[in-house]
Amino acid sequence: MSCHLAEGNILHDTLMYRVVYDFVCPVLPAWLSYLVAGLAIMIILVNMVLLGAAVFVWAERRLLGRFHNRIGPNRWGPFGLLQPIADLIKLLTKEDLTPANADRITFFAVPIVMVMPVILVLAVVPFAKDTALANLNVGVLYILAVTSLTSVAIFMAGWSSNNRYAMFGAIRGVAVLISYEVPVVLCLLGVVMVAGSMSLSGIVAAQTVPFLLVQPLALFVFLAGTSAELNRTPFDVAEAESELVAGFHIEYSGVKFALIQTAEIGGVLTACAVTATLFLGGWSGPAASYLGWLWFGIKVAIIAFIFVWVRATFPRLRIDQLMALAWKFLLPLSMINLLATTLEVYFLRSDQGVLSTNDLWIMSGINLVVAVTSIALFGILIRDKVRPSKPTIPAGAVAPAALGEVS
Amino acid sequence: MPIRTEPMTINLGPQHPSTHGVFRLRVTFDGEEILEVEPIFGYLHRGTEKLAEERNYVQIVTLTDRLDYVSSMINNQAYCIGVEKLLGVEVPLRGQYLRTITAELQRIASHLMGIGFFMQDLGTLGTPLMYCFRTRERILDLFEMLCGARVTVSYMRPGGVFADAPEDFWPALARFMEDWETEFGEIEQLILENEIVLMRCRGVSPLPLETAINCSVSGPVLRASGLAWDWRKMDPYDAYDKVEFDVPTATNGDNYDRFWVRIQEIHQSARIIRQCVEQIEPGEVRLKLPLVLRAEPGAEAYGRVEASKGELAFYLVSDGGISPYRCKIRSPSQINLTVTEHLLVGWKLADMIVTLGSLDINMGEVDR
Repeated sequence: MSCHLAEGNILHDTLMYRVVYDFVCPVLPAWLSYLVAGLAIMIILVNMVLLGAAVFVWAERRLLGRFHNRIGPNRWGPFGLLQPIADLIKLLTKEDLTPANADRITFFAVPIVMVMPVILVLAVVPFAKDTALANLNVGVLYILAVTSLTSVAIFMAGWSSNNRYAMFGAIRGVAVLISYEVPVVLCLLGVVMVAGSMSLSGIVAAQTVPFLLVQPLALFVFLAGTSAELNRTPFDVAEAESELVAGFHIEYSGVKFALIQTAEIGGVLTACAVTATLFLGGWSGPAASYLGWLWFGIKVAIIAFIFVWVRATFPRLRIDQLMALAWKFLLPLSMINLLATTLEVYFLRSDQGVLSTNDLWIMSGINLVVAVTSIALFGILIRDKVRPSKPTIPAGAVAPAALGEVS
Repeated sequence: MPIRTEPMTINLGPQHPSTHGVFRLRVTFDGEEILEVEPIFGYLHRGTEKLAEERNYVQIVTLTDRLDYVSSMINNQAYCIGVEKLLGVEVPLRGQYLRTITAELQRIASHLMGIGFFMQDLGTLGTPLMYCFRTRERILDLFEMLCGARVTVSYMRPGGVFADAPEDFWPALARFMEDWETEFGEIEQLILENEIVLMRCRGVSPLPLETAINCSVSGPVLRASGLAWDWRKMDPYDAYDKVEFDVPTATNGDNYDRFWVRIQEIHQSARIIRQCVEQIEPGEVRLKLPLVLRAEPGAEAYGRVEASKGELAFYLVSDGGISPYRCKIRSPSQINLTVTEHLLVGWKLADMIVTLGSLDINMGEVDR
C-alpha cells in the first residue's frame, strides 16, 4: 500500500517534507505521518544550523589566522577540523554561573530566544530546488519579522545580567539593531518589487539576471545593514571587545555562552544564505536540478568569506558614527535605490506586469550607474568631514626657546 | 521635555582587556559621555625603588628591565647613564654605538607594540597587531643574538654593554634593515589612511600644548602637541650627537597625531641605526670597572634618556656603600597619565579606550 501527499496539499511543493512523509506514511496513520515528517525536518534544520556554525567557526578561525599572518587551529583532526568540537566540549564542562541578583528566568531564557530566530529563518530558505521547509508567500516579510526578535534577546540579556557593561552593550545593541532595520527593509523592497514576489522561491525563480547586478545598491546596503545587525566588525559596538569586554553576554558562561555563540555564528550563516538567495540567485546555476545545493553552498561560502575578510580588516566605528552611517548614508542610499527601481519597474514592465530578461539587463545597467554615482557622492559628502590635513615633519628640532612662547 | 538620564559609574579595570595592564579607571557616564574620571593605579607595585637600595649597582640593571617591559634596553640605558654620571666615567666609543643601536631597535619594537595595541583598542580584530608583532619578533631575535634574552635583556652594564655583538649579528641586522620597511609599509598601508581610523582619531581628545607642558608630559605625547622636545637632541647621550635625525612633531595633539608621531619616529630610528652601523668601529665595548662599584659618599646623579614613552630618568644618591642610598625613577608613563582627566572628560566611552591606547602607557613603569 502506498500513500502520497495529495497534489493540492500546501506541503506538496516542499521536496524534503514530501520525501519524509512518503517514507513514513505506509506504516503510520496520516496525522502521525504529518507530525513525524515535521519533526524530522526540524531536526535536520536545527542540526544544519549547529553543524554549519561549527564548520564556520573552524573556517573563520583558520581564515583569521591567515589574515593575521599565523597558522590558526590545526591540532585537532585534519586541518584542525575538530576544533569546534573541542571548543564545545570545553564550554560544556565549564561552570554555568548565574550572577547574584540576576533576573533568573529572563537570564535563562536569553540563549533560547537568541537561537530561535536563527533556526526559524532557515525554514524559508530554499537550499536547492523545492527544498525549503515552508515555501511561504511572505518569505521576505517573515525573515524581517523573525530576525528583529534578536534585539529583544539582546535587551533581555543586558537587563537580566545585573551588570553595567551588559546594560551598556544592550542599549547600544538595541539602538543599532532598530536603526539598521530601516535601510535593510527599504532595500529589500526594491528586490521584492523587481521579483514581483515575496516568496524566496519566487525571488530565486525571478533571477534570470542575478539581483547582484540588478540591485547593486540594495546589496551594498543589505550587506552593511546585516553586518550591523549581526554585531560584526566594523559595527560590533554591542560586544566591543576592547570597550565593553563582551557587551551584553558578559555574564554568560558554559552552555549558555555556547548557545549565544551558536546563535551569532549561525546568524552569520543565515545572513549569508539569505543574501545568496536574494542577490546571487540562490540554488540556480548550471544543472540546477541536481547541483542546486552545490551552487547554493558555494555562494554562501563566498559571502561568508567576505564577512570574515571585512571583520579582519576594519576598526570599529563609534556609536554616534554608526548611527550617522545608518541614517545619513545607508537610508538615503536605500531610498535612492527604491525610487530608481520603482520608476524602472513602472516604465519597463509589460501589460501583464512582468519583467523580461532584457528589462532586467536594462535595469542593471541603469542601477549600476546609480549605485556608483550615489555611493561616490555620499562617500565624498562624508569624507569631507573627516579627511585630515596631514602634519609635516619640520626640518630639524625646534629649539627649547619654544617653551617661552607657550607658558 | 528633555529626558533625564541617570549617571552611571563603571569600574574599568583592573581586569579589562584595554587597560594595558592592571590599570583601573572609575568613570561616571551620562549615557555614552564621560562626566568624571578617576584613574587609580598601584596594582602592579613591586617596590623597585626600595629593592634597588638593597642591591649593588650592577644587580639593579635587572630590576630596570622589569619597569617598562616592552622597552627594557632603554631602561638599562637610562640607569647605566645614571651610574656612569655618579662614578664620573665615560663609555668606550664602540659601547656607545652598540647602546644606541640596541636602544633604537628597542624604540622601534616598543612603538610597534604601541601602534598595534592602539589599533586593537580601535576595534580591529588583531590584524594590525599581528603585523606589528611580526616585525617586533625579528627585533627580539636580534636581541637574542646579542645577549640570549628577548624581553628582559639586561644587555647594558654601567660602563658599557655586557658583551660585543657576535659575528653573525651584523649580517642579521643588515637583513632586518632591508626587510623591515616592506613589512612596516604593509602596516602603514593598512592603517595610516584608513577612513575609519581617521574618523575615530582625528580631532578626538586633543591635548593643548600648554596643558601638556603644565602636566610635565613628555615623549611622543608631547611632540604630538607641537613641541619638538627630545632629550636625544637637547642633551645628547651615547652616540646621538654623532648621527643625524629629525624630531617629528604634529600640531593638533589628538589621537591621530600621537599615533602618527610614533610611526614617524620609527622611520627616524631606522635612520639612526643605519648611520650607527656605518660609523661603528672595532674597539672595547665595556670599561674595566671593579665588580662591586662604590661611589663617593654624598655623590648624586640624574641619568636621563628619551625612552620610547618619554623622559625616563634615574636619580641616584650614594652614601659610599655598595648600593645606592636612594634610587628615584621618573617614569614617563606615570607622568603622561596625569593628563587623562583633561583628555577624557566630555568624550565617549569608545574614545576613552582609544585615548588610553594613544597615550601608550605601561603599567610596569607606572606602578614600579
